[in-house]
Amino acid sequence: MSHCRGRLRRPPVTAVSSVTDGIRALSGKPVDGLTVEAVRTGEVGVTDLRIHPETLERQAMVAERHGNAQLAENLRRAAELTRLPDDEVLAIYEALRPGRSTPAQLTELAASLDGRGLPRCAALLTEAADVYARRGLSA
Amino acid sequence: MTPQPVGRIRFMDRQRVNLDGFAVENPELGLTALRSPHDPEPSLVVTGGRVTELDGVPEADFDSIDTYIARHGLDLSVAAEAMALTDVAFARLLVDPAVPRHEIIRLSAGATPAKLTRVLALLRPPELVMAMTKLRARRTPSNQAHVTNRLDDPLLLAADSATAAAFGFREVETTVPVLGDAPSNAVACLIGAAFGADGVLIQCSVEEALELELGMRGLTSYAETVSLYGTEQVFTDGDDTPWSKAFLTSAYASRGMKMRVSSGAGAEVLMAGAEGRSMLYLEARCVALARAIGAQGVQNGGIDGASVAASVPGGLRELMSENVMAMMRNLESCSGNDALMSESDMRRTSRTLPIALAGSDFVFSGFGSIQRYDNMFGPSNFNAEDIDDFLAMQRDWGIDGGLRTVDSSRLAEVRRDAAEACRAVYAHLGLADFTDEHVELAVDAAGSKDLGETDTLAVLAAAQAIRQRGLTVVDIVAALDECGYSHEAERTMAFARARLSGDYLQTSAIFDEQLGVLSLVTDPNDYAGPGTGYEPAPSRQAEIDAIRQARGVADLRAEQARFAVPLLAACGPGRPGQGPRDVVIGVSPAVGRDVWRCLSGLAVTDVLREMLAGLEEEGCTGRVVRFGDSVDLGRIGLAAARLAGSGIGIGLQGKGTALIHRRDLAPLANLELYSVAPSVTPSLYRLLGANAARHAKGGTPDPARNPYSDEAIEARYHTTVIALMELERRRMIPGAPPEELSLEGLT
Repeated sequence: MSHCRGRLRRPPVTAVSSVTDGIRALSGKPVDGLTVEAVRTGEVGVTDLRIHPETLERQAMVAERHGNAQLAENLRRAAELTRLPDDEVLAIYEALRPGRSTPAQLTELAASLDGRGLPRCAALLTEAADVYARRGLSA
Repeated sequence: MTPQPVGRIRFMDRQRVNLDGFAVENPELGLTALRSPHDPEPSLVVTGGRVTELDGVPEADFDSIDTYIARHGLDLSVAAEAMALTDVAFARLLVDPAVPRHEIIRLSAGATPAKLTRVLALLRPPELVMAMTKLRARRTPSNQAHVTNRLDDPLLLAADSATAAAFGFREVETTVPVLGDAPSNAVACLIGAAFGADGVLIQCSVEEALELELGMRGLTSYAETVSLYGTEQVFTDGDDTPWSKAFLTSAYASRGMKMRVSSGAGAEVLMAGAEGRSMLYLEARCVALARAIGAQGVQNGGIDGASVAASVPGGLRELMSENVMAMMRNLESCSGNDALMSESDMRRTSRTLPIALAGSDFVFSGFGSIQRYDNMFGPSNFNAEDIDDFLAMQRDWGIDGGLRTVDSSRLAEVRRDAAEACRAVYAHLGLADFTDEHVELAVDAAGSKDLGETDTLAVLAAAQAIRQRGLTVVDIVAALDECGYSHEAERTMAFARARLSGDYLQTSAIFDEQLGVLSLVTDPNDYAGPGTGYEPAPSRQAEIDAIRQARGVADLRAEQARFAVPLLAACGPGRPGQGPRDVVIGVSPAVGRDVWRCLSGLAVTDVLREMLAGLEEEGCTGRVVRFGDSVDLGRIGLAAARLAGSGIGIGLQGKGTALIHRRDLAPLANLELYSVAPSVTPSLYRLLGANAARHAKGGTPDPARNPYSDEAIEARYHTTVIALMELERRRMIPGAPPEELSLEGLT
């Protein structure tokens, strides 16, 4: 199998770890402070359990190093979506389902997302608008 | 009129395999596993860095699936190299241990769906096993459980979730017969799992918006029922597009939830939308799309359509090829086996075995850890009925299928703790009140039928309250803590923290029981032939080997001792008898000392009583003599015959094997032998005594016939035979003189 010799790049191995040092929740609180004691004193809310976009960006870089650019792209879109409330995330999903939106509506939604600092999600919607129109998937 | 088939065919027709449906291969309907004449020739044309033809389709004609794959799914920097490989050359790379996994990953990223279809169709079953062994992403295999019940009973769900975690399942997937119950099921499984083991991921498979909502609240931690289909028509009928699924994939990740997509053979066929393509080709499109949208993994290998694939020639090869294809695309494989694909135990085992042997990220994408009737996904290929079988299979082959034995007392403890904690949390949060009796029933229940009548409306009300009040994992942690379950509160909180590091969003991630993440990143598969790759650690191997049914000599000695009775005392040396009607029953060295019960379950003393009575019926007198210098039944019987005045002896080993001997025969030649000790009945032992007497009198014996049996006698008894013979051997003293045993209490 000579064709693959000399080009073997072994992917890096990261040590098994559950270390949460320096990681923050979406709320900005250090993850290490999210203890049962903190729950007792009422200091933990839902946003303290939400993942931080920087964490997702860091995982995107890990995914890239391990040969999966698409997973990295997904995690970067996810990092953008941490900025949106749950209802809005679900509403955009609904808008992307077949027959729900016109291409213009999708394009408009894309522009709005782009304007709010979600360029990757916007690009996904822009592409959808184009393909939906061509394949009869729009409203 | 058609004549009735012969008896042999009528008999064969009655076997369970004939309940299965088998289809004539029909490519027009998509009823073909690995190849269809309508599958496209692999092709890839790249013009100016843009895919302008994919598997025979020019860009202008791309459907939505082609478009997404073409724009996002392929690594164009290796496309030319990958597509230039011949199918056979590519296929050989998959099984050659000298070619590392990451080289296959690199090349597969540039190969089109039709190309990978052709390549995988070349692999024969053992080659698929090799490929899976090498290509799965995570080094350590694992397993996923279904935990559901017909009543959505929270206490039973909690007890069963704890049970699944204790058995070693690293993911628990629940679902509901009643959609509204979903939040309650998620909470009950979350609470229960914390009592069985640390770090078990929970999923509640329901309608997508609700599933996402439960995850956003931290009540569940992964999702896998995000379905992809291989044709645009069926994809659209499923009310999604590649773009909506890509968005949903990101939505899950944005809330820190692990997610895999779901696809697999048969779905398009069942929806009459296969467009004449082979099942493997359609799945190749799904897997390419899964990679393109950025999912970390795929649940495939048939899933709901597994029996469709299994109905056509080569169907099981197709199912396993789907899993290997996901691995080639550098994705987690959750490898099916989660739908009962046959009424035949042999066929369903045959379907699962190669995957268990190779090891997968998840050998089952849902082993039914509950009974078949309680599995609300429909019965899995293996269920609670089969847990001991699977544990035995792991031990037989020395493989790690992710499960371990749980001893009875620990199982009782985790089930009780889980059910009580679930009740306490529901009461504390004002969700529902359950009775002591309900807890007791849930702890002991083997399934929901054992619960009797329950208040299912109370479950629905609890579920609605969880949803309307917006309860989150923080509320569950607080409730556990306030109800005195501070340890489990800590565990649940530690798990919630661990998720925030995002490490488990990487490919094939699971948590180990120390909350370390095992994934493609932290635990990459490094198989490169014998002596490499995953090998269970000695402690894990010991867990696999130590099934609860294993018995040693010490166990058997203790068991035999429980049946000891104050009979068969030695009462002097065994002397030659004088009268022509004197018959000696010779027994083996441990009889009356360490061995008291035969394999049939009869007491040795009862066997002797029957023999003595049989001798007496025919006018002979029996004596019992123990021969301490041999464990060989022929020698014991012959020595007994030589002591007997009649020249006729009976030999009896403690395990129950018996024969009639005559003083002038060779040791291995005997007059009658009852060799199948487990199935010898009291009346047969009596007949043996009577026949020995008839031989003594020169009369005609009435030959005994072995009873009908279709049991695996040897499987059932050989280990006991070995231990019994060891007890006999330890009592053997070469040259020991025979001892006469007391007949008191025997006649």
